[in-house]
Amino acid sequence: MTHLIEAIELTRYFNIGRHQRVHAVEKVSLAIAEKEILGLVGESGSGKSTFGKTVVGLHDKTSGQVKLRGETLPQHYRPADFQRYASRMQMIFQDPYSSLNPRMTIGEIVGEGLRLHSSLDDKQVKDRVAEWLVKVGLQAGHMSRYPHEFSGGQRQRIGIARALILEPDFVVCDEPISALDVSVQAQVINLLGELQSTMGLTLLFIAHDLSMVRYVSDRMAVMYLGSIVEVGKADDVYFTPKHPYTEILIGSNPEPDPELERSRPSTAISGEIPSPVNVPAGCRFANRCPKVMPVCRDVTPELLPLKDLDRQVACHLYT
Amino acid sequence: MSEMAHKAESSVPLLVVENLHVEFDTYGGTVQAVRGVSFSIEAGKTLAIVGESGCGKSVTVQSMMGLIPMPPGRITAGSARLKGNEILGRHIIKGRDIRGSQIGMIFQDPMTSLNPTMTIGDQIAEPLQIHRGYSHAKAFKEAINLLSMSKIPEAAKRARQYPFEFSGGMLQRAMIAMAIACKPSILIADEPTTALDVTIQAQILDLLQDLQKETGMAVILITHDLGVVARMADDVAVMYAGKIVEQGSVDDIFYRSAHPYTLGLKLAMPTNDPAKQHKLNPIEGSPPDLFSPPPGCGYCPRCPYAMEICDRQQSDLIALSGHHASRCWLHHPEVTQRPEDLTYAEGQR
Repeated sequence: MTHLIEAIELTRYFNIGRHQRVHAVEKVSLAIAEKEILGLVGESGSGKSTFGKTVVGLHDKTSGQVKLRGETLPQHYRPADFQRYASRMQMIFQDPYSSLNPRMTIGEIVGEGLRLHSSLDDKQVKDRVAEWLVKVGLQAGHMSRYPHEFSGGQRQRIGIARALILEPDFVVCDEPISALDVSVQAQVINLLGELQSTMGLTLLFIAHDLSMVRYVSDRMAVMYLGSIVEVGKADDVYFTPKHPYTEILIGSNPEPDPELERSRPSTAISGEIPSPVNVPAGCRFANRCPKVMPVCRDVTPELLPLKDLDRQVACHLYT
Repeated sequence: MSEMAHKAESSVPLLVVENLHVEFDTYGGTVQAVRGVSFSIEAGKTLAIVGESGCGKSVTVQSMMGLIPMPPGRITAGSARLKGNEILGRHIIKGRDIRGSQIGMIFQDPMTSLNPTMTIGDQIAEPLQIHRGYSHAKAFKEAINLLSMSKIPEAAKRARQYPFEFSGGMLQRAMIAMAIACKPSILIADEPTTALDVTIQAQILDLLQDLQKETGMAVILITHDLGVVARMADDVAVMYAGKIVEQGSVDDIFYRSAHPYTLGLKLAMPTNDPAKQHKLNPIEGSPPDLFSPPPGCGYCPRCPYAMEICDRQQSDLIALSGHHASRCWLHHPEVTQRPEDLTYAEGQR
């Protein structure tokens, strides 16, 4: 299997003054195969959005590498680098209300990439924009309207058209449906799914809705406090979680099935995700883990493949 | 409204809301946000009100709490009786404000719902001082108790801190402590966990259930998350375009969905049962404009089962069994053929 994009020990810290650093992403290695959808789940503050943004170059890398088809991407993006890679890597953002410039028309927003990155003239750009608006379920006539004239679901379609019009290979979807109502979520997910298969896109799908991630993704990665704790086939991770954190995360996800919910024991764990400023030594989950062992507090577990399973887990229970 | 007629009887539900209508004047015209909502709730039970943004679920409970700004808001019709006393449009009963004492409320966003300039303890103590006439010292002591009831560690220390020193989950616990300070008979929770992560959500839902068991209060839970409904609710009311389109027990709603909208919501979500895997069926289109609500059923343009009559006239809530009812012509006694999806067990009608 060839990897389209590969992060190798990718690390991103944020300096917050007084010699303190937020360890947002710490040595994350993750490879995504061609045409694969990798779901990335975790709680707020786990670093999943920072990881996505660092991969496409919106954040500088503190250390580590990102490779696109074997080619190492720059550590710090200069304008020329964005110019070079924007047509190959794109991003769809969470909030369809704040991610569209309210003073630009839909035609300008969706066509901007084409104008900057292709040799098409104005007429051709306009035709392509019209074609894409129809592709995402809007109308060509919407081109002269402004973002405020659209509903949340329609705006997310605009965001999708903007990201995909350059026909990139790789797209980071950062919580693309969290701000939408259930009935509209399904519309956007189906649209993304269709475009993914017709265009052969590779997606990093970041979300906190576990059921939706399981439904959408081929593989699923679970992140906790800046590190990946488990990676595997989406269904396997969901139905037979191995890492204690994954187990708790999935157990906390209420299912729309009253009988199941009545029969299920409560899996709520006490405590909250600790601050990523002073990261504890050893396993980052140790202070909340119900299966904690002495070794967990001293030695950081590595993400290792499990025997006989297509799964990687970072936990001392399996070493 | 004669109060004599409603002398509290023990068999009467705690809260009865009837035919509630709420409108808002805006630049674009008048929005009919709630168009005839009726429900009731008994002590110790949890009623979930489910629906998408703009369906009127929050406005419904806000109007009972006197939280609708008037103008531009207006309650044009309806009644809400708490233990027989009318509370709609007048929240002072026998010289006492029922808000905080009889009905507690928690809000979606704990970060913006608390006063940033007061300590958490003072904020929890405030309703006790107002409603119970406690001294500050006594109220503050009780606030610490309430914080530990809400499972906040080191409650005495935490009570002296300000909201910015709390995490989102902790703030929601503090807000719950405040809402239950005066032991209300009803707790309204408006999207209490929407802003929280699933693990924190599980903690908060557990806490709400524990407190409900201890105090016997009724809970009205506003949410759009069907998972949370399945976990928490005894009864469910599904709202669409300002009306309740289906109501019943939680099992009725999930296993015997009778309104096409309820069914549509279920099919739009992924199931985690590998045996029942299906492609997501989005509900195409969007809810109607409530500036000029359609004469017929608001769901008609999106409904795969729509009939001729649906466009012209909306059905009443048609009783199916027990208190399960659906506002859909498909359940009219004269309809002989129904879509297979809208099933309910044999002999229930």
